[in-house]
Amino acid sequence: MSDAMEFAPRSFTEAETPMVELKGVSRRFSKKLDIAAKLARRLGVDVKEEIVHAVDKVDLRVRKGEVVGLVGESGCGKSTLGRIVAGILPQSDGHVFWNGQDVESLPGEAARNAKLKRQMIFQDPYASLNPRMRVADIVGEAPLVHGLVRRGDFDDYVDEQMRRAGLDPNFKRRYPHQFSGGQRQRIGIARALAVQPEFIVCDEAVAALDVSIQAQILNLFMRLRRELDLTYLFISHDLGVVEHLSDRVVIMYLGRVVEEAPTETIFRRANHPYTRSLLDSVPRIENRKRAFAVVKGEIPSPLNPPSGCHFHPRCPLAFDRCRVEVPKLKDVSAGHRSACHLNDAA
Amino acid sequence: MADAPTPAAPQGAPTLEVRNLRTHFFTRAGVVKAVDDVSFTVGRGKVLGLVGESGSGKSVTGFSVMGLVDPPGRVVSGQILFKGQDLAKLSDEEMRKLRGNRIAMIFQDPMMTLNPVLRVDTQMIETVLAHEKVPEEEARRRARDALGMVGIPSPEERLKSYPHQFSGGMRQRVAIAIALLHRPDLIVADEPTTALDVTIQGQILAEVQKLAATTGTSLIWITHDLSVVAGLADDIAVMYAGKIVEHGDVGEVLDKPLHPYTHGLIGSVPSRNRRGEPLRQIPGMTPSLLSLAPGCAFRARCPRAAADCVEMPELHPWRPDRLARCHHPHLENVEQVA
Repeated sequence: MSDAMEFAPRSFTEAETPMVELKGVSRRFSKKLDIAAKLARRLGVDVKEEIVHAVDKVDLRVRKGEVVGLVGESGCGKSTLGRIVAGILPQSDGHVFWNGQDVESLPGEAARNAKLKRQMIFQDPYASLNPRMRVADIVGEAPLVHGLVRRGDFDDYVDEQMRRAGLDPNFKRRYPHQFSGGQRQRIGIARALAVQPEFIVCDEAVAALDVSIQAQILNLFMRLRRELDLTYLFISHDLGVVEHLSDRVVIMYLGRVVEEAPTETIFRRANHPYTRSLLDSVPRIENRKRAFAVVKGEIPSPLNPPSGCHFHPRCPLAFDRCRVEVPKLKDVSAGHRSACHLNDAA
Repeated sequence: MADAPTPAAPQGAPTLEVRNLRTHFFTRAGVVKAVDDVSFTVGRGKVLGLVGESGSGKSVTGFSVMGLVDPPGRVVSGQILFKGQDLAKLSDEEMRKLRGNRIAMIFQDPMMTLNPVLRVDTQMIETVLAHEKVPEEEARRRARDALGMVGIPSPEERLKSYPHQFSGGMRQRVAIAIALLHRPDLIVADEPTTALDVTIQGQILAEVQKLAATTGTSLIWITHDLSVVAGLADDIAVMYAGKIVEHGDVGEVLDKPLHPYTHGLIGSVPSRNRRGEPLRQIPGMTPSLLSLAPGCAFRARCPRAAADCVEMPELHPWRPDRLARCHHPHLENVEQVA
């Protein structure tokens, strides 16, 4: 009962300074020309570098204590955005603010601290743990380096971190391959939490796990949120998971945010046609022998995205303006923003 | 009534009937009973959802039906009756004639089906000609029709592409088209949409549903995702540690699960829980098949386990067409309406 109270979705006022804020953040990846292409260009052939706009002018606010779900299909830039937020990938344009201050303008010590307070948990617990390190070192190395723990207290500290993530400290001399997938994900969680962060980016953190294990890890996330007063950016393609634990949901399509709203609003009154077709495509356990709703077409290549609104070739409601003009994210109601030209027509 | 049916081809026989199938792997560490006494039937044009977590034996069951179990694995005993014919007794050569022809398989990774260095038309025509003597033009026409059937736009041009020129969803469509080339009676699909995005998964599921309804092909759909099976399958069989623990009509099983494992699995799906509340979870993890204790394999994780669970329960028909392998099933789920 008290559990339910503390798990209840929270509401936030717009006035608060967000813990993390992105303003006009973009990230481009370009493929460098190889020797043959450079030679061809010197000879006067028109060869251009291929540029992918993985993240395209994104604004995002995450307030303290909030869980924001970031949803999108493959190639929409959600993982790239997550890495920028976590501070492990620099943006090409725009600014990242930590508690109201531009991260780039922070002096050395404060910048390091701001980075330490933002940690990331990855999708693949097989690839994100060093197979040659023992669990104790995986979990304890960073706090030792950053002076959060003295060498004398190292063992106790590691034990406490492991216990908190639901791991038996007796196994700390073991290597990652001696653990199951769910336990490995717990090691990743213990490692992220060992440096006492305030903000966690979870990138598809339960996608690789079996259903029954997934529930255990999700419950662990919620318990840790309460115990340590954490703020999450929860990246997932699984709308069921996102609906369950987010306060607010942000939907991305091909590098742009197309809609954001409180969770209930997204799932009850989605505004953007993409969000609606996404929700229709999700198989639900309540559905019986029914025709699956279908969005036409494929996700376009981010190398060569459609003009105007990126979704227009697949959109059942597209009209001329969608092909030429990029729609802006606009308020449709309090806290609910959507990037669709149809909202202007109404 | 008057004419006795010929005994060789009984009318209304199911497309596939698996009886007491056991597939074991003889590893250096010991015998792994990946599939241990599994029985089920799939009727004509019906879809069976075979559900379980990793290591439950659901994929090995599918591979056993296809005759694709490699050493150290072996089908140890049991019958796999495909239209009355026991596949387990067939020679490799006889099995090869059926595979890709009357029974086909779709894999999670379409690149397991597709050869990356051959054009799609080469591979598809080869498949047609492997089982039937037809002119190449006819084979090409069939390949084109199959691509059209699975919703690939401009199939004529796409035939000339290489697999890497397709997106993941399109590749899976090509793999499905190849499976459909000979209008098989049975398709075994092993997690075919797991690696795909939701909107693409939705498209593929819609195509498959349409195909099953129009061609009369039977399907075994192997997946860990209960939500996919809910919308697609007629029957569902839930596997745990090499055995079927619950079997029945999809709606019945998902609405009124009998086995505590099925109950727990459904309970841990986020949409079945109140938003923001802790998810109901199954404690512990799947046991290693190398060191299974005698008795019910689920008992260590089961909230209803009692002393008698050290005896392995039978797959008992607790209600008509409702099988569950449990001494203490959730009978209260089916008892409200008398």
